[in-house]
Amino acid sequence: MGFLRDLVNAIFTGPTLGPVLIFTISVGGVLALLRWYRVLTRPKVAGAALVAAVVAFALSLGDHNFRLIVAKPDNVPIVMLFFLVGFFTWLALRQAALNDERIEQGKPPREAEESEKSLTWPDLVYIEFLSTVFVTAALLLWSILLKAPLEPPSNPTETPNPSKAPWYFLGLQEMLVYYDPWMAGVVLPSMIIVGLIAVPFIDPNSKGSGYYTLKERKFSIGMFLFGFVSLWCTMIILGTFLRGPNWNFFGPFQRWDPHLLFPLVNVDLSEYVWVHWLGVGKPNSILLREMPGFLAVIAYVVLVPPLFAKRLIPVDIAAKIRGSGLPKALGEVLAAPFAAKAFFAEMYQRLGFVRYNVLMLLVLSMMSLPIKMVLRWTINLKYIVSIPEYFFNI
Amino acid sequence: MPKPLKELLDPRQAAESVASTQVWKSIFRHGYPDSPRNRALTMISNVFLHLHPIRMKKHGLRLRYTWCMGGLTFFLFLIETITGLLLMFYYRPTPEYAHYDMQYLREDVPVGITREIHRWAAHAMVITVWLHMFRVFLTGSYKPPREFNWGIGVFLLVFTLLLSFTGYLLPWDQLAIWAITVGSNMARATPFLGHEGPGASLLKIGDLNLVHAGDDAKFGLLGGRFVGAPALLRFYVLHCVGFPLLLATLIAVHFWRVRRDGGISGPA
Ligand code: HEM
Repeated sequence: MGFLRDLVNAIFTGPTLGPVLIFTISVGGVLALLRWYRVLTRPKVAGAALVAAVVAFALSLGDHNFRLIVAKPDNVPIVMLFFLVGFFTWLALRQAALNDERIEQGKPPREAEESEKSLTWPDLVYIEFLSTVFVTAALLLWSILLKAPLEPPSNPTETPNPSKAPWYFLGLQEMLVYYDPWMAGVVLPSMIIVGLIAVPFIDPNSKGSGYYTLKERKFSIGMFLFGFVSLWCTMIILGTFLRGPNWNFFGPFQRWDPHLLFPLVNVDLSEYVWVHWLGVGKPNSILLREMPGFLAVIAYVVLVPPLFAKRLIPVDIAAKIRGSGLPKALGEVLAAPFAAKAFFAEMYQRLGFVRYNVLMLLVLSMMSLPIKMVLRWTINLKYIVSIPEYFFNI
Repeated sequence: MPKPLKELLDPRQAAESVASTQVWKSIFRHGYPDSPRNRALTMISNVFLHLHPIRMKKHGLRLRYTWCMGGLTFFLFLIETITGLLLMFYYRPTPEYAHYDMQYLREDVPVGITREIHRWAAHAMVITVWLHMFRVFLTGSYKPPREFNWGIGVFLLVFTLLLSFTGYLLPWDQLAIWAITVGSNMARATPFLGHEGPGASLLKIGDLNLVHAGDDAKFGLLGGRFVGAPALLRFYVLHCVGFPLLLATLIAVHFWRVRRDGGISGPA
């Protein structure tokens, strides 16, 4: 046990490896679910995963530092969030797996077999009543066992370290590591809201309405799982349990040492281009200095959508790579970009100009976060465009 | 045995004789709900129950389909309203009293778990809204004809978070003011509207900055440059009156539309 704990602590020390591991696990987990959901949601497999999670959690509770943070009364809901999101993802994908199998056999989804009507009194009212009784009981128990905390009276001169936003906004606070407040706190949240409202209008797929399925809606469900589970919920869990003083990253069994300092070696893109690559020093003109960054951002936002939409390369090239006799895994990896390109070209045909571009803007905004994360982790890139004079950093 | 006594001992007959009294009939406009007709009447003649249809497809009743998440979110909202009302009896939203009142609530108010229920149910409500949205997405229930109700839902989500956020300040302890400080610091970075936001320094007349720390978005939110007495009062009013009213109104629209759009979604 002690050995395991030391190993985890050793891995998680430092500002980079921890977040890299966490996001790799959460993104990889969602990708694996999308690919192998039929196997992974089988009761035996999912049950084993649940048992493993509960056992790991219970064993971890034996550790003093872990308990100190996880058992804080206000952090209990985030532990619940972890298990509930896991459970309901399973419940939905399990039903999707069963339905998809039925649909392949030419049968309608399970929901369609229960389309005869039943009286809401007593059937529905009964279920609702039981649910409320259950929730009331749970809430009373929770309230009796855990007292709502009250810290010392507010004191504007004494800043706690760390100062954390309420837990449901910790995703935004975590984004502050990679983005300035105007992006993390204003622009991206607004994009999330607008994007959610736009969902029904940019998803013209008429299949998969009113029953669980994954096969018929892989792209939309994949995007949602990625945004909600791999990014949003993961950032909340990371921000609550693993971010300590000075917003440093701490392993689950580490002591939150307020004196820990990591030297920041972050570099802006302009520095890379003008100083490191061209060796001429940064130009004085802001516009010239930031030109590489502007070009990169404009290329990302303006050029990527049409590039993906046009059929520049033969549609079947992915199939050719796969069938070319290369080892299977290698063939898959090489074919993936072309398959994605063909997928988006087809999407453009289906969505039309306006919807396609709105969709792409939203997808690219969401993807800009993991892209910035990876750039930070690999080449210490801080800002792509950096004009601190006008608080304009991207 | 005399006849009335016999009737009373038989539960079935007892129920029917209660249901035929003048008092029962004045309250409920239907007989004992054991026939389809009376069960239907039960649902439509009661203002609360008539949110529901008289009958619905079986799959929509299943917990595994809806997870009852929307219903539970609404139930938690009701719990919050009731416990919140009780808490208001004990709480004064000024820096002098707020924290003191909290201590009093914690230590001296009899059956002192009102604050606990209010706080934990608030956390739970945030989780259930998210899970409800998750369920609606995964069953594709935002697709026509439910696009509009999905949009209403997104606003319900935002207002639920804001309701919780404004409540976070009220204990007026260290956790509260610093969490709200972190949160509201984002507002000063709003493009053009915050004094540390991109573009704000371009808005000036001559040498006069139009957007500065004394009038920007953060100032508007807090009623001052820092989290102080005006912020506490603002958050209190929004938390106890503003957002609950907004949420209640939108929930009414949401429920209305669930019915109008054909009830719980299902396969075509
Ligand atoms: C205060 C928050 C909310 C409350 C009280 C609420 C309540 C409900 C209830 C009781 C239902 C009936 C079915 C069910 O229980 O699942 C429902 C359905 C629905 N909700 Fe919500 N909801 C809320 C937030 C949201 C959010 C955040 C969204 C999406 C962004 C949303 C979108 C919908 C849609 C589209 C339906 C129709 C689903 C169907 O027909 O299957 N709601 N809501």
